[in-house]
Amino acid sequence: MQPAIQVKNLSKSYGPTQALKDVSFEVFRGEIVGFLGPNGAGKTTTMRILVGYLPPTSGTVIVDGYDVLQDSLKVRRRIGYLPENISLYNDMTVEAFLEFMATIRGVPRGGIRDRVRAVMAQTRVEEVAGVLIGKLSRGYRQRVGLAQALVHDPPILILDEPTVGLDPRQIIETRQLIKSLAGDHTVILSSHILPEVSMTCRRVLVIHQGQIVAEDAPENLAARLRGSERIRVEVRGPADEVRRALERIPGVLAVIPEARDGVASFAVDCAVGTDLREQVAEAVVRGGWGLRELRPVGMSLEEIFLKLTTEEPDGNTADSGHRG
Amino acid sequence: MGIRPILAIAAKELNSYFASFIAYAVIAGFLFVTGAFFSLSVLLSRQVNLRFTLTDVAIILLFVSPAITMRLLAEEQASGTLELLVTSPVRELEIVLGKFLAALAFLIVMLAATAYYPLLLISYSQPDPGPILTAYLGLFLQGAAFISLGLFVSALTRNQVVAYIFTFALLLIIWLFEAISGIFGGQLGLVLSYLAFYNHFLDFPKGVVDTKDVVFYLSVVVFGLVLAERTLESRRWR
Repeated sequence: MQPAIQVKNLSKSYGPTQALKDVSFEVFRGEIVGFLGPNGAGKTTTMRILVGYLPPTSGTVIVDGYDVLQDSLKVRRRIGYLPENISLYNDMTVEAFLEFMATIRGVPRGGIRDRVRAVMAQTRVEEVAGVLIGKLSRGYRQRVGLAQALVHDPPILILDEPTVGLDPRQIIETRQLIKSLAGDHTVILSSHILPEVSMTCRRVLVIHQGQIVAEDAPENLAARLRGSERIRVEVRGPADEVRRALERIPGVLAVIPEARDGVASFAVDCAVGTDLREQVAEAVVRGGWGLRELRPVGMSLEEIFLKLTTEEPDGNTADSGHRG
Repeated sequence: MGIRPILAIAAKELNSYFASFIAYAVIAGFLFVTGAFFSLSVLLSRQVNLRFTLTDVAIILLFVSPAITMRLLAEEQASGTLELLVTSPVRELEIVLGKFLAALAFLIVMLAATAYYPLLLISYSQPDPGPILTAYLGLFLQGAAFISLGLFVSALTRNQVVAYIFTFALLLIIWLFEAISGIFGGQLGLVLSYLAFYNHFLDFPKGVVDTKDVVFYLSVVVFGLVLAERTLESRRWR
């Protein structure tokens, strides 16, 4: 099967600054792929090239079988695009704006009303249909932005930071909406927030300083990069004594206390490939304390992210990049 | 190329003209100045004649049309909404034509508002309608040429004030080519004299419609639109 998006050896320079260096990847039909990277890693640049807003310095981008440079119009017809920090026409009402976008995206005249009504329901902006966009809150604006990306029912969606500016409830709703689009739609979304991509995407491309530094399912990424196994323990007992007992167990690398009232809670890091749950349980029982919780935890993507993007061979850490 | 996106863009643009304060300020200022010229001309000359008034209107358009066009593309670039427009399946030419049509419609509304002057004269006397109609045709053609060049300048910058000043300077220089042509003389002088807006307008208020003048204005319109389109398009390979 031909992939929906094929990117080969893509590079982009802004003057002397190289924003993208030899980026290649494929996205298959119906997939949701996440771009993960800090601000300035090259996510927005990549997306802007995919939608034909910026020309690449070198390399090719094929969307749905069409070259972004040669067949720009055909590519644009197939893409719904939510730009980062989207700018909207503030002097239009939500409904008029979506009707306008539907028209220039080629929705047939008779179908415009239905499509606009459908996406307003999907993105939950019906209650502000008649309000001027300039008067909307950040959350509503972001959802109107999502609505315009969906209005012509494109097979491919490119969403740059889709949940920025939303409150927690809206974030969950938006993630559900994006997930529900998978299958019929191919989705690429970008984020610098890890839970975002691990919750919506089945595959993650980690971009750092204009290069793809990792590409995998969120779980595999975690497994591959995990330098240690971690166990969470919650014990009713004196925190310091429990901690000392845990540290004495052979194979334990570190015990990190997570303070909580009355109970002692710890994250216990162990050597890779070991399972020390039984030893930990034994040590707690031997001390005569109450074992309340014991479970293995994968290292969160946040930590992988820190490893991936802030560890430099020369020990130079916390590079935040230049521009997006 | 499709007519639907062009009309949709024109309608959106026209809507935002009249949703903003600027549109009313521009029309009010225009009517105030042209009204002053009209009453002075009629009171001082005691003639039922619009020739001088309408020639003045042509000059006033030099100041007013940059205000009509300054925001057309500059604002979309500054606010970032251009990203939405150019990542939609519309051609740059469709965007440019849509914006041009909206500005043209605005010009027509503005010129139509001055119909009050000839109507006032007609209610008191019998002015010759021929020269009045041709003068309006001339104003329309010249306004279209101004708008087209203004649209091009608006594509070059994201700053509306810069767009206004550059458009005004450009129009004024071309308007004054006649005066400059004398300095150069020879072939260059002839070329400059041909390009001068001033020379091409003069015959219209006299009731004379010369094909040469019409062709001149239409060529300027096409020239400006093509430049605007190219400027917008250049983003795709810059």
